[in-house]
Amino acid sequence: MPLLDVHELTTHFHTREGVVRAVNGVSFRVEPGETIGIVGESGSGKTVASLSLLGLIPAPPGRIENGTALFDGVDLLACGPKTLRSIRGRAISMIFQDPMTALNPFMRVGDQLMEPLQVHQGLSRREARTRVEEMLRLVGIQDGARNLSAWPHEFSGGMRQRVMIAMALITRPHLLIADEPTTALDVTIQAQILELLARLQRELGMAVILITHDLGVVARVCRRIYVMYAGQVMESAATEALFAQPRHPYTEALLQSLPSTHVKGEPLHTIPGLPPDLIAPIAGCPFAPRCASATDRCTRGAPTLRELVPGRATACFRVQDGEL
Amino acid sequence: MSDAHRPEQDAPPAAGERGASLWRDALVRLRRNHLAVAGLVVLFALLVVSLLTPWIAPYGYEEQDLALGAVPPDSAHWFGTDLLGRDLFTRVLYGGRISLLVGFAATGVSLCVGVLYGAFAGYLGGRTDALMMRFVDILYSLPFVIFVIILTVYFGRNIVLLFMAIGAVEWLTMARIVRGQVMSLRQKEFIEATTVMGLPRHRVLLWHLIPNTLGPIIVYATLTVPRVMLMEAFLSYLGLGVQAPMSSWGLLINEGVQTMENRPWMLIFPSLALSITLFSLNFLGDGLRDALDVRASKD
Repeated sequence: MPLLDVHELTTHFHTREGVVRAVNGVSFRVEPGETIGIVGESGSGKTVASLSLLGLIPAPPGRIENGTALFDGVDLLACGPKTLRSIRGRAISMIFQDPMTALNPFMRVGDQLMEPLQVHQGLSRREARTRVEEMLRLVGIQDGARNLSAWPHEFSGGMRQRVMIAMALITRPHLLIADEPTTALDVTIQAQILELLARLQRELGMAVILITHDLGVVARVCRRIYVMYAGQVMESAATEALFAQPRHPYTEALLQSLPSTHVKGEPLHTIPGLPPDLIAPIAGCPFAPRCASATDRCTRGAPTLRELVPGRATACFRVQDGEL
Repeated sequence: MSDAHRPEQDAPPAAGERGASLWRDALVRLRRNHLAVAGLVVLFALLVVSLLTPWIAPYGYEEQDLALGAVPPDSAHWFGTDLLGRDLFTRVLYGGRISLLVGFAATGVSLCVGVLYGAFAGYLGGRTDALMMRFVDILYSLPFVIFVIILTVYFGRNIVLLFMAIGAVEWLTMARIVRGQVMSLRQKEFIEATTVMGLPRHRVLLWHLIPNTLGPIIVYATLTVPRVMLMEAFLSYLGLGVQAPMSSWGLLINEGVQTMENRPWMLIFPSLALSITLFSLNFLGDGLRDALDVRASKD
């Protein structure tokens, strides 16, 4: 049984300009102890999808229109704020994008780390302190005792992200949602943090949803990848399969845009056009206007995600029909 | 003021200096501001003098010498005497006790009520916030003097209660300031993170939101103290405040104003005491505002 089974999640924002269809019928699955990646450009709905799961969509204007998200048998989208609050922080945790703003500047690092333990597990300060020191060692902060009484502004960005990770993992959650955990960090620190996440994931046996726009990042740590575009899943596949042979024109274009695959001296490859405006209703395939292989059919009807072989699905008519 | 760039104040805390909190940084910056330090020292001195007044006052505050009448300052009466022959120095000392007590008590009340109310409204947001703030608007629109007269009738002449009541008027602005701060803080990721961590709301409010608004709160509080003291002077002037034979600076100034042409010392000395206090508080408030500006400590 999967740990998290999201089915047809649909989140819209009802703004004065119209309805922004941020997430449109997204389905994905996370097995216990597995790392999956959700990849997409800015505005593809990957963050909104994850925030919807945790009930963190600002409402109004946001509204979850449809879908279920079964986590350990509980539907996160229907269970109500009280149940959700007890699940958040205990069974599901999240790491935020920017470690510089995600720590309370007026609270000592140690106190912030101990807080979830004291709230969720009723530990005394001393017990919590031991656990925190242990966790800090685990995320690679030596000299935990000394750093416990430090203030967030005394830490560097990489240190803070480690603290954020420690804070998210301190209650030993079963599922960690990491929303662009390395975007705000230097490249050298990025690699360290990713390795750290991968190691902790193995050691603690938790599942991870890694949300990123960086294909290099997902290639390194994820087992399966969901490619999102305009609020929909375009393709899902095991990582190696996806990189070896993308089965959706959008994925293909994304992979071509990677600087590492490009021949020196040639101009960098980009995808022509812009992602669609999510306020205007999209008739056909959202990627059709930018797709080199699009036909008339692609602009008329919307393709749905369909499995090609077990574990591998695409939302492209032409691939589904074997034309590509 | 806060934008003024003083390079010597922006030096980061020395590497390895452990636990250099925002507060300690703020204290370091405050110490460099000589005016603020002077204000702090004067206030502390005033506080000590007020506490020791019963022992250091040369006369009793109600001790009359009708035969003497009002005499200008001399070696027996440093500040002179009033119309009833009471020693003005003594009365200024006792008046300071009342004025300082009133100033800080009323500010304390406004602090507690305003901070909690504003933080609550800002954190909950939406309709609750709108309702709570409209209530503040309504109270704002009540004429202050009428409000205090009604309160005086209700509370009687108990000065502590009366100035608690002043505090209850003063909290309105505090509530607005704190609400604004909290609303902008709510957008910050670390507050969102507390939700993700599943922390209960009261914890978020007390441990995450309010501490982050402390800078503006403290600064506004130091500005409230002198305003409340002036208000006390104004009310005593109207006869609504402190009653004879007790004195307060406001009351003494009121008496002094009535005879200022013939006996200027009766106006000058109490006014001087009040002015020095107000200047000290304003300097301290200014200094604190600069010292607690987090941006200055981070850049």
